[in-house]
Amino acid sequence: MSEALQELGAYLELKQPDAVLGHSVAHGELTVDVVARALPVLVEFLKVDQRCRFSTLVDITAVDRPSRDRRYDLVYHFLSMRRNQRIRLRAALREDEVAPSVVSAHPSANWFEREVFDMFGILFSGHPDLRRILTDYGFRGHPLRKDFPTTGYTEVRYDEAQKRVVYEPVSLVQEYRQFDFMSPWEGAEYILPGDEQEDAQ
Amino acid sequence: MADRSRGYEDALTGERKIRNFNINFGPQHPAAHGVLRLVLELDGEIVERCDPHIGLLHRGTEKLMESRTYLQNLPYFDRLDYVAPMNQEHAWCLAIEKLTGTRVPRRAQLIRVLFSEIGRVLNHLLNVTTQAMDVGALTPPLWGFEEREKLMVFYERACGARLHAAYFRPGGVHQDVTPALLDDIEAWAGAFPKVLNDIDGLLTENRIFKQRNCDIGVVSEQDILDWGFSGVMVRGSGLAWDLRRAQPYECYDEFDFRIPVGKNGDCYDRYLCRMAEMRESVQIIRQAVDKLRAPEGGGDILARGKLTPPARAEMKTSMEALIHHFKLYTEGFRVPEGEVYAAVEAPKGEFGVYLVADGTNRPYRAKIRAPGYLHLQAMDHIATGHQLADVAAIIGTMDVVFGEIDR
Repeated sequence: MSEALQELGAYLELKQPDAVLGHSVAHGELTVDVVARALPVLVEFLKVDQRCRFSTLVDITAVDRPSRDRRYDLVYHFLSMRRNQRIRLRAALREDEVAPSVVSAHPSANWFEREVFDMFGILFSGHPDLRRILTDYGFRGHPLRKDFPTTGYTEVRYDEAQKRVVYEPVSLVQEYRQFDFMSPWEGAEYILPGDEQEDAQ
Repeated sequence: MADRSRGYEDALTGERKIRNFNINFGPQHPAAHGVLRLVLELDGEIVERCDPHIGLLHRGTEKLMESRTYLQNLPYFDRLDYVAPMNQEHAWCLAIEKLTGTRVPRRAQLIRVLFSEIGRVLNHLLNVTTQAMDVGALTPPLWGFEEREKLMVFYERACGARLHAAYFRPGGVHQDVTPALLDDIEAWAGAFPKVLNDIDGLLTENRIFKQRNCDIGVVSEQDILDWGFSGVMVRGSGLAWDLRRAQPYECYDEFDFRIPVGKNGDCYDRYLCRMAEMRESVQIIRQAVDKLRAPEGGGDILARGKLTPPARAEMKTSMEALIHHFKLYTEGFRVPEGEVYAAVEAPKGEFGVYLVADGTNRPYRAKIRAPGYLHLQAMDHIATGHQLADVAAIIGTMDVVFGEIDR
């Protein structure tokens, strides 16, 4: 299984040297690192090439890694029903970069790209209808970015006086808890209330 | 007044100007199967354009999952497709097991297969019967829900919850099933085909049902590839694609079952496929019960290790076991760094989880790939050119559930 995947990865590197940066096989899955710019060409190649035939788009998503210079990873999953194979494409993207849309090759990419735009704020050039999809009408921000708080910024409630739903800044009765499970023996730096007095002295 | 009576008529050509009509279908429509809002553009009764607005049930599952441990995330999967909860948990467990390299004991695999198939029957029963209700039949849901009730009792007896089971755990299943439960499941599997025959008798040759479903929402092979369909949407059009057979997980390769396929790819064939799949599921359930009773099917139901709690009896005598139990349910287990995609053949199609782990006790990113998302996306493509009344039939056979689409 993994030899066939290695072979396929090497074949792609040979055939599409401009698009493919490298490949790896882990957990029985082939991951190909690609250049974001070259995605439409590569996706079209994967679709029509006789050795690939990845004609079904399974998923498009993104991963946010704020510590990295190229912040986002765009991740594409394809399936070939004929060859019974799967492939994953991964393209790194800077925050200000626009990704090319693959809707022309796979109409099913439409909603996936809308979702990635909605959740991460990544723009796709050539997308026919890049609207928000899952979040509320008039929502602000991109929830799956790591710098977006899980609690969000606004909350809604029905206002009896105004007879409509109103949006208000989120107010928490109890602070949202994020436990840190670092073992105290492994050197977590706990700052207790009052510690700053010692520093002052 | 004389002028008015001419209405919109054009003075030169005598032609009438006709304006297309926009209507909102849902989000509070019984045939919308939840909270689907469709903006339909109608030319008379013919649908010209169909724009689904989704996200009304969006709960931010993927965001929430990033701040919880792997085990705490498991119950979220019950709440995705709440019609067949255990099949979703299965994908999550498979993803974790793939990353950690855990081997699930055979008995746990058999129990998983058993309950996955019960989930499939649960889902198809709901779908077939409510779709029939959408096109005008009232009796099938009443009969179907009676059987669903019995299956939920099996859920309850296995794990204590009727719906949100949290039964499949990374490394196995939560608790062993009792011999009495196996007996009852077998007895149910013996009686259920008769109920299926009854529903069959109500619907399959029913003139109204056929008129509403035959040649409606035809899906071609090209549509399947273009729109990324999976599950019954594929099989209804004659492609025998089933992940249980094509990329077997657990011990599905040991089971003897057939993959029903349709011929025309219309709503009626998809209905027939679902009915046939339920019969096949009953076969698998019978085989799984036999295998569970056989001596090879005995043994532990969890891969004992860091992922799973120690045995209860061990905790009474061993300090390490007690510490392990405490650490497991507070801190949780750590999953090695890596990324993995695990998919199962859920009743609605390919349900996948893309998991990115960073070596801590929480997933760095988890993407849930729901089959219904892609099916609903093709709504504009499939419904265009159909009548307004067919929209309900098409939504019905697409088998959309908003828990998984909106996530």
